[in-house]
Amino acid sequence: MTEWLERLGRSGRFAWSAWSGLAALALLAALWQVGHEAYGDFILPSPLATIEAALAMLADPAAWEIALLTSRRALKGFLAASIAGAALGLAAGYFPAVLRVARPLVTVLLGVPPIAWIVLAMIWFGSTDGTVAVTILVAASPLVFVSVAEGVMSRDRKLDDMARAFGAKAFKRLTTLSLRHVAAHLFPALVVSLGSAFKVAVMAELLANVGGIGGELARTRANLDIAGALAWVLIAVAALIVVEYGLIHPVRAEFERWRVAAQPWGVKR
Amino acid sequence: MSALQLTRIGHAYFGRTVLDHIDFQVDSAEVVALVGPSGCGKSTLVHIAAGIVEPLRGRVERGYRRHGMIFQEPRLLPWATARHNISYPLRIAGVPRSERKERAMQAALTVAFDPDDLDKYPSELSGGMRQRIAIARALVIEPDFLFCDEPFTALDVALKRRMQDIVIETSRQARFAAVFVTHDLMEAARVAHRIVVLDSTGNGIAGERRLLNAPGHRSDEMIFKTVQSFLRDDPIFRHIDDVDERRLP
Ligand SMILES: Nc1ncnc2c1ncn2[C@@H]1O[C@H](COP(=O)(O)OP(=O)(O)O)[C@@H](O)[C@H]1O
Ligand SMILES: [Mg+2]
Repeated sequence: MTEWLERLGRSGRFAWSAWSGLAALALLAALWQVGHEAYGDFILPSPLATIEAALAMLADPAAWEIALLTSRRALKGFLAASIAGAALGLAAGYFPAVLRVARPLVTVLLGVPPIAWIVLAMIWFGSTDGTVAVTILVAASPLVFVSVAEGVMSRDRKLDDMARAFGAKAFKRLTTLSLRHVAAHLFPALVVSLGSAFKVAVMAELLANVGGIGGELARTRANLDIAGALAWVLIAVAALIVVEYGLIHPVRAEFERWRVAAQPWGVKR
Repeated sequence: MSALQLTRIGHAYFGRTVLDHIDFQVDSAEVVALVGPSGCGKSTLVHIAAGIVEPLRGRVERGYRRHGMIFQEPRLLPWATARHNISYPLRIAGVPRSERKERAMQAALTVAFDPDDLDKYPSELSGGMRQRIAIARALVIEPDFLFCDEPFTALDVALKRRMQDIVIETSRQARFAAVFVTHDLMEAARVAHRIVVLDSTGNGIAGERRLLNAPGHRSDEMIFKTVQSFLRDDPIFRHIDDVDERRLP
């Protein structure tokens, strides 16, 4: 019972923090409006007109299909990147030899711009879903890999010894200590890689011409439909926000209750 | 059979020998204080005895069923509440959740930890309360052997006495045996039946002294006199307060 009340309280604080976020968005909209008034409808349609265009678009079920298609691709790539990055990161954290081999590879992977991967993937896979998936995987997994590896390496060995003293075998120590510690490093990386998954998905769709929001952006550009393009950008950002705040933040809040407890009075945000 | 028997134990870190030729034995329901200057290898020996470290040489025989352990620092899981920290060994042992809750409560009462604080996180509790959680965590599995590695060094004098009393009291009630590492002779003389002195270079046992009366039945005056005479007249305690900075961990 009290547990649920506490949860309610956490959501309340969360909703409160949403207000400040809304204020920041309003500021952005104001700047946008200034730009619109300076340059006119053709270069930069007003924020209100864009929102109206987006809403009008979403009245059509076909637009939902398109947004869902992109979201599905982004989420699939994000999942693949998280699993691959986390698995390799765990191995690298526990076995320094793996890390020594993987570090330079990660540097190379991070050094190649995503756009180059899209081109390569298009050559290898043609204009298919595979192109989008591979690009996201390559673009998003290195960050997850590095944070998981660092999480494992920075684990508290004294806690490991404590668990061993109470008879915990390696697997039990992994699940009750290391993974729990790694989670703290993992979540910020997940948020960033989810964002890049959406961005890369749209970019890959546009270049590989496989439909989705990216495909629509290509079409609106060809028609010089600025309001349509901006409306699609708005929809892409909205989809990202829904996933981030609906999925990642609630999970993270459950994991980080103890951090909130550790904050001194008055610092709670 | 004795509760714990270490035979010709030797250990080295990265080729540097820190322990050698250690023979050490604890009877059932006996509390043995293990003393020696800082860096002489006490922690290493206890870690070997508790199975955290594999010794390079020698044999460890355990005649008890299960042990608990208290470390110098509380070593609590920062992300878990006091209740979950106390019941962590039960979780390792696969005890069902409802039973864990019940037994954590019992252990908290044993060490006089306020049950109202069981849902707080370690960062919300004072140093003394954290160490109580650590003691409760060691007791929750109902051990018949307890390893204590300088558990109260960081506490102030009054709190230290209270904690020692808890250990003395519970060891008498539950009749468990214990190894109590300390470099504080007063503490050793309060809690132990017998004091074993480790050689200051970790090469064997320098000697041992049995104490009069059972722990908890000694007056402060008597403890003070005993320690004074140890320090003044007894050659095996000569190096007890040496600190070799080079060897500090
Ligand atoms: N994990 C370790 N790696 C290398 N050297 C260690 C390690 N643990 C302890 N030592 C060294 O072993 C010696 C004994 O340490 P320790 O057993 O902690 O002594 P004590 O507990 O008596 O102070 C010290 O010189 C210390 O520096
Ligand atoms: Mg020590």
